[in-house]
Amino acid sequence: MTTRLQKEARKESLMINMGPSHPAMHGTIRIMLELDGEKVRNSEVEVGYLHRGFEKTCENKTYFNLLPYTDRLNYVSPLINNVGYVMTLEKLMDVTVPERAQYIRVIMSELSRISDHLTALAAMTMECGAFTVFLYYIKAREEIWKVIEKTTGARMTTSYIRIGGVRCDLHPDFKKDVDRAMKVTRDVLKDVKGLLDKNKIWIDRTRDVAVVSPDMAVNYGFTGPCLRASGVKYDVRKARPYLIYDKLDWVVPLGENGDNFDRYMVRMKEMEQSLRMVEQCIEQIPEAVPEAKGEINPHEAIKAARTQKPDEEIRLSPNLKGSEKEKYPTILSDKYGVKVPPKEDTYTTMEGLIQHFKFFMKGHGIRPPKGEVYFSVEGGSGELGYYIVSDGSDRPYRLHLRGPCFHIVSALEEMIKGHYIADVIPTFGSTNMIGGELDR
Amino acid sequence: MGKIRPIQKYSYYQKTAHGGFIATKLNYAIGWGRKFSIFHYPFITACCGMEYMSAACAHWDFDRFGVGMTTFSPRQSDLLFVVGTISHKEAPVLKTVYDQMVEPNWVIACGACAVSGGIYDNYAVVQGIDRIIPVDVYIPGCPPRPETILNALLKLQDKIQKQKQDLRWNIVKE
Ligand code: SF4
Repeated sequence: MTTRLQKEARKESLMINMGPSHPAMHGTIRIMLELDGEKVRNSEVEVGYLHRGFEKTCENKTYFNLLPYTDRLNYVSPLINNVGYVMTLEKLMDVTVPERAQYIRVIMSELSRISDHLTALAAMTMECGAFTVFLYYIKAREEIWKVIEKTTGARMTTSYIRIGGVRCDLHPDFKKDVDRAMKVTRDVLKDVKGLLDKNKIWIDRTRDVAVVSPDMAVNYGFTGPCLRASGVKYDVRKARPYLIYDKLDWVVPLGENGDNFDRYMVRMKEMEQSLRMVEQCIEQIPEAVPEAKGEINPHEAIKAARTQKPDEEIRLSPNLKGSEKEKYPTILSDKYGVKVPPKEDTYTTMEGLIQHFKFFMKGHGIRPPKGEVYFSVEGGSGELGYYIVSDGSDRPYRLHLRGPCFHIVSALEEMIKGHYIADVIPTFGSTNMIGGELDR
Repeated sequence: MGKIRPIQKYSYYQKTAHGGFIATKLNYAIGWGRKFSIFHYPFITACCGMEYMSAACAHWDFDRFGVGMTTFSPRQSDLLFVVGTISHKEAPVLKTVYDQMVEPNWVIACGACAVSGGIYDNYAVVQGIDRIIPVDVYIPGCPPRPETILNALLKLQDKIQKQKQDLRWNIVKE
């Protein structure tokens, strides 16, 4: 098959193929380059190597069941994807979320954003040869993931944000843990700044490489750090504040030139802002319902309900900690039918059991009204929008995702034009291409 | 018409590897050497790659087990780490990479997607890479925790130690 590039190429040019199994291409993208000496004359980007049929699969899943698929879109910041999807549905169904749950969502989003930026910069710097920085970044990410794991139960694919709220409350030591993680992250950011900000090699490789002008960025549909690096002040969290972002005090960091260095700098500054936001959230968050003592396994609960009076106290098994019945009003919406009923009810009362079955039964469960809805949140690499068409049944008629990477990668050809072949790699790294989100 | 002789499958050394004392020791020694010097090629496509990164970095650090050397050329690697979803578009690439590897080589399928297609049971995803290439160790999990990856590496080392070593670099023509 001849590609566009092959047809247009000059006879004397050298054609080179980069990827998909190339260390810098993350295994999921292919760039064909037409070289003039060491300079890129022209290029063509081919995507689709990680097409997993996300949108089509979602049409066959209930609204509740497709939540895990959204984890795997931008897999570096899964919690933001959850928030985006869940809030789209909440907009359609008109669900209000308790305040504490909103704060938890913001905390989790910001922690995810930090881990996203850490990973993006880690990959970018490693590909330029700064391996020490890579190890430092991953160290910080590890600490953040520890906090996330302790609350959500999983390191990456958490499915923690649920329709109507969150799955469970923050764990009791959350503040201590998150303080520690933030301290490590701050130290790492400081170290990295010392290593890179005035490093001649780093500056030479990134300054004035792949400059994106504000016009070009807007025309291509850039969002997120890449757009802000070009100096356009657009952040979904400021432009259309959702959750409790308008109660927090933070600024939108901007770049000046829109080159690779600015994209690095904006991400570094955004992480600091995210840390600030987490700090403020922890101060402002409404008090939790105190922890209950004692625990019981589901089978014991069922036994007790059969033989004893049903008003006896039932505690949950340890793996359901944080989602006790008393906590439900603070973490989940009180709207009927959008949430799984508390397990205490399911195991001990008829009413709760029926509710539980109704929730998971085919054709029942979450059924939003007919209509279509679009909602977007600020994802790790830009505006992450969901578009859902509902026909009134329990699964979406159509679900479309606006992945920020797609628009940024579409500008790659223009960004690397005229630069050296070695510049392709940091440029590509600075776009933070995530296959799951790009090809879906 | 003479009798058809069975095809000679193994070289001289391998045939005797079960018999003689020296050959067994040689087999053992080579296995020991091989298991601690695995050069691996990470074929990373999707989410599991993040956990692979964690396992490779300082917190878990699989260099402790002699798997630290990452080579990005299949021709210089012994172990193919298939991490993440393999779609039908990616499959020929994976096959090519595998075919380029020199023998002896091993393959680890890391994550539910590489093992069986995982949660993506649809038109786009290959339902397990063992439909394309042979796999030595399967790592379950979506994504597997770094500890699981380390465990798989230990299992692979066990396997390398115990298997009959491929000695084709020193074939004695009969
Ligand atoms: S197994 Fe799960 S985490 Fe791993 S690539 Fe597949 S979907 Fe992603």
